[in-house]
Amino acid sequence: MTDTANHSIAADLADERLIRAQGVGGYVRQFLGRLRAGDLGSLPVIIGLLVICVGFYSAEPRFLSSRSIVSITQFAAPIGIIALGIVLVLLLGEIDLSVGSVSGFTAAIMAVLVVNQGYSMVLAILAALAVGLLIGAFYAVLYTRVGVPSFVFSLAGLLGFQGALLYVLGTQGTINLPSDSFLVQFTRFEFVSPTMSYVLVVLVAAVYAGTQLLQVRRRSAAGLSSPPTVLIALKAAALLVGLGFLSYYVNIDRGWSYLWVLFAVLVVLMDVALRRTRWGRHVFAVGGNEEAARRSGIKVNRVYFSVFALTSLFAALGGLLQAGLQTSVSQASGTTDTNLTAIAAAVIGGTSLFGGRGSAYAAMLGIIVLQAIQTGLNLVGVDSSVRFMVTGGVLLLAVAIDSVSRRARSSSGRG
Amino acid sequence: MSDTSTSTPESTVPVGDAVLSLTGISKRFGAVQALSDVHMHVRAGEVVALVGDNGAGKSTLVKVISGVYQPDAGDITFAGRKVTVGGPSEAQALGIATVFQDLALCDNLDVVANLFLGREESTGPFINEVEMEKESWRLLRTLSAKIPSVRIPIASLSGGQRQTVAIARSLVGKPKVVMLDEPTAALGVAQTAEVLNLIERLRETGLGVILISHNMADVQAVADRIVVMRLGRNAAEFRVEDVTTEQLVAAITGASDNVVASRAARRDGGSHD
Repeated sequence: MTDTANHSIAADLADERLIRAQGVGGYVRQFLGRLRAGDLGSLPVIIGLLVICVGFYSAEPRFLSSRSIVSITQFAAPIGIIALGIVLVLLLGEIDLSVGSVSGFTAAIMAVLVVNQGYSMVLAILAALAVGLLIGAFYAVLYTRVGVPSFVFSLAGLLGFQGALLYVLGTQGTINLPSDSFLVQFTRFEFVSPTMSYVLVVLVAAVYAGTQLLQVRRRSAAGLSSPPTVLIALKAAALLVGLGFLSYYVNIDRGWSYLWVLFAVLVVLMDVALRRTRWGRHVFAVGGNEEAARRSGIKVNRVYFSVFALTSLFAALGGLLQAGLQTSVSQASGTTDTNLTAIAAAVIGGTSLFGGRGSAYAAMLGIIVLQAIQTGLNLVGVDSSVRFMVTGGVLLLAVAIDSVSRRARSSSGRG
Repeated sequence: MSDTSTSTPESTVPVGDAVLSLTGISKRFGAVQALSDVHMHVRAGEVVALVGDNGAGKSTLVKVISGVYQPDAGDITFAGRKVTVGGPSEAQALGIATVFQDLALCDNLDVVANLFLGREESTGPFINEVEMEKESWRLLRTLSAKIPSVRIPIASLSGGQRQTVAIARSLVGKPKVVMLDEPTAALGVAQTAEVLNLIERLRETGLGVILISHNMADVQAVADRIVVMRLGRNAAEFRVEDVTTEQLVAAITGASDNVVASRAARRDGGSHD
């Protein structure tokens, strides 16, 4: 590592012990090496999803029909949004067991305000979201000021807000939302037009390629190495073709639902916030080593506050959308398996239960797996008892894969 | 021991005025007088070792310097100005960096993220990763540090490499004085040597270094001056060329007839018999 050698080699590749990746082949080899070292990323989930698709398709070809895929994505979105909040608390190594109850309670507030009190839908939605935010803020105060463990206060919330749901609904068992309200229209009947969907796909691929190329320019200007342009072009092309084909396929039926697009936008925004902003960096730091984060001047309590508040806010939003999708709020809203489905989705997607590892995409992948299983089993015509058992098995498998790959990671030095 | 030539001769190092001076520092906790009338000076480009037995007041003094405790009496002069250090962040802002014994790194984050934790460079709402990575390599190169990649998580680094990252992190705010608390306590032989090299590099870049250590060999290998504390007071101060291990131990324990000396004498006697 002499000074003369540094002129030709990028600063981050100057150490002679580093195995250098050259060209596209080098990056492929690096990727395989990462897999061997136990850094599986989302590969197990994607393989699992493929297995599920092939399995159900061979049992019932309608499973992969355009119609079925449209409804899988549409019905996955509300709980997916709740799971996005769960990813956030899990990143801090905490848990929120009350997201289902909160989603039902806030949906009931919205329904009562609109149907019984005659307020406008917009006002009712804002009120419900504000209640969600307040609940999260209350949790944060309990955690940071009083020192109650998140498991305990969210368990209390699970029971308490389920009671609050029943109280708000009063003697009415079920409140039906007016079917011409925009919430119902938006969640059930709004779909992206085919032309619009292709425009969106091209836009997504272009933004991806653009940001990557900008990154390459800035890195090489700073004298750092960057992936070959060919690789970026290949990835952008894969994105374009993959999303383009999926769009073509769902466009045979109704196309992408607005609900699903909203979920996807939230996932991408959350991913950017987690990986590219100071706030996201601090969330990972607090989840990894709270004491280290505190000593380096991070306002740890503010991080907890923002995460608990966001989780409850996402729960409220998911509950509202779920209510719209079902056109009603009932005593069962958010109670049965919403909690555990949301938590299972985050974990199946690859978020560690111990904090500091995970990504926003975990919520999306996890909820697709669970929704696909549910739709598949419904199509095949098995009882819901089987569905719970299968979901439980998949959750166990996901955590087992994570544990095994964690062992591989620690033995090969990838944390 | 005094004939060891491991210490750098003073003449090759440009030594300025004291960058950090403590005079008459006293600190009392209830009925315990933890520090009484302690003084210490650190010049730029100088390594001062702070040694003493458990309970001698080293940690209290370190905490006074890093702003965790406020002294009851005495003055702290930093870069020619009288200052009060109100807290750890104020110490950092002044230019006094502390590397704690337990390092305080986030295992799940990569080297760049750890180096800039809490001080991320950002353009608009986004973290400027490129600028931070460039600066990381510059910092690590000034320390001649051996880190293969700054994009791997801290968990995959060895103990010595972690210590390197922790020391490099203390340099991010461009400090004038770096305090190292037991930097070699948990390290192997080769890694200890690497950290000692690192300390010499800090001295070469013109920083004042305060080294807190129990290890006499490390202290004598790298320090220019050794400040010995005992029972909350200055017990002795040596230039490293002028002192033997026996003298050091005597100053630390407060008696020439101490358990270390008698043990050494016994072993010498045993080998002669």
